[in-house]
Amino acid sequence: MWCANTVKNMNRHTEDNSRFNEPDGMGATAKVQAGLAARYRKERRFRLFGLAAIAASLLFLVVLLGSIVAKGYTAFWQTQILLDIHFDPAVLDVNNLATANYAALVREATLRLFPQAASRQDQRALAKLVSTGVAYQVQEIVTSKPELIGSIIPIWVVADDEVDMFVKGYIPREVPENERRISDKQAAWIDQLAAAERLRQGFNATFFQAGDSREPELAGIRGAAMGSLFTLAVTLTLSFPIGVAAAVYLEEFAPKNRWTDLVEVNINNLAAIPSIVFGLLGLAVFLDFMHLPRSASLVGGLVLTLMTLPTVIIASRASLKSVPPSIREAALGIGASQVQTIVHHVLPLAMPGMMTGAIIGMARALGETAPLLMIGMVAFIVDIPHSFSDPATALPVQIYLWADSPERAFVERTSAAIMVLLLLLLAMNAAAVLLRNKFERRW
Amino acid sequence: MAAILGTVLDMRDVAREKNEADAAVAARVRKVDRDQRQTVGLPFVEEPRMICREVNVYYGDKHAIKNVSIDVGKNEVLAMIGPSGCGKSTFLRCLNRMNDTVAGCRVTGEIVLDDLDIYDRKVDVVPLRARVGMVFQKPNPFPKSIFDNVAYGPKIHGLAGSKSELRDIVEGSLKKAGLWNEVSDRLDQPGTGLSGGQQQRLCIARAIAVRPEVILMDEPCSALDPIATATVEDLITELKEQYTIVIVTHNMQQAARVSQRTAYFHLGDLVEVGSTDRIFTNPRHQLTEDYITGRFG
Repeated sequence: MWCANTVKNMNRHTEDNSRFNEPDGMGATAKVQAGLAARYRKERRFRLFGLAAIAASLLFLVVLLGSIVAKGYTAFWQTQILLDIHFDPAVLDVNNLATANYAALVREATLRLFPQAASRQDQRALAKLVSTGVAYQVQEIVTSKPELIGSIIPIWVVADDEVDMFVKGYIPREVPENERRISDKQAAWIDQLAAAERLRQGFNATFFQAGDSREPELAGIRGAAMGSLFTLAVTLTLSFPIGVAAAVYLEEFAPKNRWTDLVEVNINNLAAIPSIVFGLLGLAVFLDFMHLPRSASLVGGLVLTLMTLPTVIIASRASLKSVPPSIREAALGIGASQVQTIVHHVLPLAMPGMMTGAIIGMARALGETAPLLMIGMVAFIVDIPHSFSDPATALPVQIYLWADSPERAFVERTSAAIMVLLLLLLAMNAAAVLLRNKFERRW
Repeated sequence: MAAILGTVLDMRDVAREKNEADAAVAARVRKVDRDQRQTVGLPFVEEPRMICREVNVYYGDKHAIKNVSIDVGKNEVLAMIGPSGCGKSTFLRCLNRMNDTVAGCRVTGEIVLDDLDIYDRKVDVVPLRARVGMVFQKPNPFPKSIFDNVAYGPKIHGLAGSKSELRDIVEGSLKKAGLWNEVSDRLDQPGTGLSGGQQQRLCIARAIAVRPEVILMDEPCSALDPIATATVEDLITELKEQYTIVIVTHNMQQAARVSQRTAYFHLGDLVEVGSTDRIFTNPRHQLTEDYITGRFG
């Protein structure tokens, strides 16, 4: 549109200025006119390249996110089975609540649903329909309400991961029986349960409340998320102040000489070093030399601090540099000391940029796996960490661990964990943008 | 020729009587040659506030100011003119040691404010800059409220004992800067939201809020439109009653309007100093004449 108008204007000019034509018959305006189309073609081509690049990256992003979401969204639902559990006084006693055979109660409840399953083999197959974790679920109920002993209570219990996969359609019926992990008999029982409305898809709260587990239906990201939280807390509290202090010193106080040049080059180099090297450094220094606890989020935080420091320093220096010198001069000119100038004027103006840099560094740290492998945060840890020294793992490590697991149900949980991680990253980057907009001041 | 060059000697005592005689001589005598770079005119005054002797400034290897000796008199406006890059801003920034912040900048010679040698090793620049304030070329208010802009100086120097005292200082400074009537109802608004001319007056208010003795102005009107310029010029004339002002300007009409004395710099040399009337009517140095008649610069 704009191009067309300009061309029209140019045309009018050419007509007006025709009397100024040069001797060779080709006036300046005519020459401009002749090259104009090619110029605009070039511009259009240039814009098209940019657009194509954006489109390609968007396409990849959509494919990536699409495949993750398509694989993972079912993990947020979990198949549950309604069992009538008899809190049998013969098995349960107020005195043996901690040691009673709850698994037997569950098995008995499944048997009551399908009395026709007579053989031991059938009974075992039947018991496999529900998760092994149900015994603990029952124990919890009884422990909190001992008065239930003696009664029969209908309870929705978590189904086994294979049942869950079968119900969700990941284990097709067409496959020969010996090639799938759900037998024809079990399939029939599941159909009967469904017909009796004893089967439902409930929200998978376990996924957000539990730590890791060998059983996919009992595995959750809480442990990894807490580990990531502790690790990031250590990283943020160390790398932000240290990084800002280093940047302020280098930018405002350090003399410009060969030494500071050397420091600057090294900081830029550190930012480009593969993160696993930081992991090895952490292993050598924090574990072997300082004997800090293995697998602890404290050590993970220290290692990630080393890794993010260069990023924070570089971002902070850039934002300090971008504070206009006129502000410094204004403060110095009325007699503020150098430190007053920096603390009262330069730092507040540089703060949004510094915070953005720190958050981007944090986001990188949140997604970092390799250095954590080196310091033992890759272990199978069931307990949810409650302090900085508890053994812990982190979200990306959890994803790596689950991606390695053979169970079909871990595939969707891996994708679900990736979705959670991406959401956290998105939230952090959004926070960076918001902070920048909130604290940005114009001058 | 020798007689004219003799005037660079210290003749502070006779400067005033000589001024008219000087003008008369200038009218009669042939202009000083372009190649001759010793200061002509009357660089020294009877009642100096600042005394500069043989000041040299180097940026690394570059010799930016060459052997400049000049006085700044009490309650006068001294204008410094000259083509771009002649060192007038550099010299101005020597007067409150703002050049300290420039890496590789070295100043030799002697600059005395009242009885204080400001380049003495023991001198602290913080109180010095409170005594010698500065207004910059581009209005540079802090990205804070109008009140905070003016109050910042008194706050850091501890000039106000109480909040009401601080308010009085802010109000007084804004009134002196002729800005009070325009901003009294919006002191909590950001200073950066004002117009260019208002911002520059805010910067002047900020400078006078710490009660300096000397105010240095580095082309204070170059970013302003003619109306705002006129306001600031009126303000300079008023401020002269209480402060000593050194102003760098590219605008010769402005120098003629606001200053009592004018110094012409050329490529790091102080070429000519004299009363403003004399410099503009009767320049004694060929370079000065070339510049003020618009032959270059």
